[in-house]
Amino acid sequence: MLMKQMMKSLALAAVLMSVQAIAAPVQSWTTAQGTRVYFIETHALPIVDVQISFLAGSAFDPPNKVGLASMTASLLDQGAGTRNEKEVAEALADIGAQMSAAAGMDSASVTLRTLSDPERRATAIAMMTDAISMPHFDDGVFKRDQARSIAGLKEALTKPQVLSQRAYMSSIYQDHPYGRLATPESVAAISRVDLEQFWRQHYSAERASIALVGDLTRAEAEALAVQLTASLPADQRDVPRTLPKPSTTSAKVVRLDHPASQAHLLVGMPSIARDDAEQIALQVGNYTLGGGGFVSLLTKAVREDRGYAYSVYSYFDPKLVEGPFTIGLETKRTQADDALKVVHSVLDDFLKRGPTPTQLKAAQDNIAGGFALRIDSNSKLAANLGVMAFYGLPTDWLEKYPDRVRALTPEAVRSAFQKHVKPEQLVTVRTAAD
Amino acid sequence: MRLRTTLWLFSLCTALLSPLGAWAAAGTDNTFETTLANGMRVVVREDHRAPTAVQMVWYRVGSIDERDGVTGVAHVTEHMMFKGTPIVGPGEFNRRVAAVGGRDNAFTSNDYTAYFQQVPATQLKTVMALEADRMRHLTLEPTGYSKEIQVIMEERRMRTDDQSSARVHEAMNAVAWQAHPYRRPVIGWMSDLEQMTVADVRDWYRRWYVPNNATLVVVGDVNHQQVFGWARQTYGVIPARALPERKQFEEPVQAGQRQLDVKAPADLPLLVMGWKVPRLNDPRKDVDPYALEMLAQILDGHDAARLPTALVKEQQVAVSIDTSYDSTNRGPSMFMLQASPRPGHSVDQLEQAIRGALAEVANKGVSEQELTRARSQLCASEVYKKDSMMGQAMEIGMLETLGYGWQASPLMLDKLNQVTVADVQWVAQSYFKDDQLTIARLVPQPLDAAELAARAKRAEAVQAGGRH
Repeated sequence: MLMKQMMKSLALAAVLMSVQAIAAPVQSWTTAQGTRVYFIETHALPIVDVQISFLAGSAFDPPNKVGLASMTASLLDQGAGTRNEKEVAEALADIGAQMSAAAGMDSASVTLRTLSDPERRATAIAMMTDAISMPHFDDGVFKRDQARSIAGLKEALTKPQVLSQRAYMSSIYQDHPYGRLATPESVAAISRVDLEQFWRQHYSAERASIALVGDLTRAEAEALAVQLTASLPADQRDVPRTLPKPSTTSAKVVRLDHPASQAHLLVGMPSIARDDAEQIALQVGNYTLGGGGFVSLLTKAVREDRGYAYSVYSYFDPKLVEGPFTIGLETKRTQADDALKVVHSVLDDFLKRGPTPTQLKAAQDNIAGGFALRIDSNSKLAANLGVMAFYGLPTDWLEKYPDRVRALTPEAVRSAFQKHVKPEQLVTVRTAAD
Repeated sequence: MRLRTTLWLFSLCTALLSPLGAWAAAGTDNTFETTLANGMRVVVREDHRAPTAVQMVWYRVGSIDERDGVTGVAHVTEHMMFKGTPIVGPGEFNRRVAAVGGRDNAFTSNDYTAYFQQVPATQLKTVMALEADRMRHLTLEPTGYSKEIQVIMEERRMRTDDQSSARVHEAMNAVAWQAHPYRRPVIGWMSDLEQMTVADVRDWYRRWYVPNNATLVVVGDVNHQQVFGWARQTYGVIPARALPERKQFEEPVQAGQRQLDVKAPADLPLLVMGWKVPRLNDPRKDVDPYALEMLAQILDGHDAARLPTALVKEQQVAVSIDTSYDSTNRGPSMFMLQASPRPGHSVDQLEQAIRGALAEVANKGVSEQELTRARSQLCASEVYKKDSMMGQAMEIGMLETLGYGWQASPLMLDKLNQVTVADVQWVAQSYFKDDQLTIARLVPQPLDAAELAARAKRAEAVQAGGRH
């Protein structure tokens, strides 16, 4: 199936958003073990969604064993408690539950969707508890998945989009943990014992946050949070919970050869942390620049006016510390220079002038006016709540979002952009460009 | 064919999901349909959980309806639908949807072309008027076309030319199907895109974009009577027009295994095996397509299903395996298995292992427990489906456009639940014959720069020679 435009920019643009659609307000509390819990009670469907996230993403990988956070997360549900790998998968299928575990840059998360009747819910929650509290890290499973992971990585390293993205991250973050990338060698250096140690160090209740959405009462939600976190490893105070600030980049161009028919172009820099007050101004401004799908300035200039690319986008990805601002596009390799010129001219102009009042109003109308679309299902609510809980955003974040969007002025957006996007710091990666 | 009472049929998910069974029943009590005087079908499902709505318009036209030389025109037309009418200028469609807080997009497949907007429910009427306008009044001017066709060629480079697995699938379809239009890629061959003109698009639009070839689907916080009224005011005023004759393509029976290799930059080989199997023709009477669906679930429906267990975990000959079978199409179906060998194992070993796993089902059958597990997953997913308005609209639109009707959904669920272990064994014995099999292999090519440059030069020389 072909779409008119990929939803890339929407998917990448941080989940932000908004409120009172389905649901009751966001409730929040901290368990006795120190876990932050965010909860939305909604009984419209007999479904419960649970996400537990730990400060255990790839940024916490040891420098010589990059890939450890990811392998640790992926083995959690492959044998835990009284069930081996096969029994876990069969038991989940028997009750129609869906559980998965994965690590991102900052967090590692286990997510669960289950039917809400007491019997199925109890089984599913017990299995999720086992996965985070009593993972087996079975040696046979580990060795097999290590080999698969290395094979998968070698394959990925032939793809222009992967090579381009990796060169980009390592260029803008250099030695910073966000710039460290798993290699076949770094994954091969990992042992089973490393997984167990990483889990003991990073999967404590104090490093956890929980998001709950669905057919539960507050009392049931509280009991569920206690159960999930009761048997986690004890916290180890000396294991870091923070990340260093990335260093400032200076403008440069990185070139990679590849036989692809299209050049993959990325332009950007480390830009914004999750706790930065200007993130809403940046997200709203970015709607005009390159986040608003078909109606953005970049799409107009690169795609509509010139036919240079199918996909062109920009996004901010706020993280624990400065996450990237990125512009990306793919165009036939002979056109790379021309396309980059257009991108720079649109960006420079936007940085200089910011959005016009009309452009800002269009962004506000779409983001604030269409806010209900961002929260009109349990799964969308759960995704938003997961981000809010992990980064400790205020419980009224969603509720206030439309008003904060409406309150922005063109000057506020322009000044936020000028502070967070600096031409003299932008790194350009050109892969397969002539 | 077996006859069972409706009451008993509907009790299957109810029993499996006790006490939540009622939730798995399809939305027959909140779904309403009508047909406009011009023949356009309208299906509305009221879902009042959130103050939003989705509108989809599905045209029963896809790449299956194309002819050689103009492949890709269904998809190009989809792109051009955003390029303006006399009252809604180029790019203005997207701007107007965005201005009311909405999102919009469109997609094209072998079988259909569909357009959608997700909006606050209060804005539904606005986007209905917009969508109706471009059903009738598309401008299709050459300047906009000349840019958009470049965009589509970039799309082809991105999705197909530079993706080794996409190239394998494109080549495989071209070999597996000889008479049937499924042999042609939805995005079109590059040379066809290069030679296409706006006149080809205009021709396509005139023939197929008529209300009697379309279905309107609305799901959301709406009142169906009100939506029917708006539909009459917007779409209802567009005159019907006779549709071109649709040819029926019979793919000749394949008599003998087919095989092909595709060379592309990669590290891991890829093996794709596809058997021609029946599609769902009569949802009420058919048995085998349902049994094939359940077989796919038993082979690969969860992490401990047969294929990942046998190939990835026990024998460790594969790093990954995927199974796909879609019984609901306008044209014929294939049952496809796709896998990459684990380094140290050959593609031949992988192929033998897959054949072994299939032979085991054919020889020994599957267990009652495996089937029950597949049913549990199926019934739970019926409940999860209700969390997404877009997902519900997709299902309704697809069933309507493919000719089954949206009411087939509960029937199909019950028929799937009625599949027995004997049915599963029967399809495993009947359909996985070599004579019906096409095997495609990706032969990985190194990225080595020197070698690539040399190859490119050779290709150029060949092309230059070919022009004379």
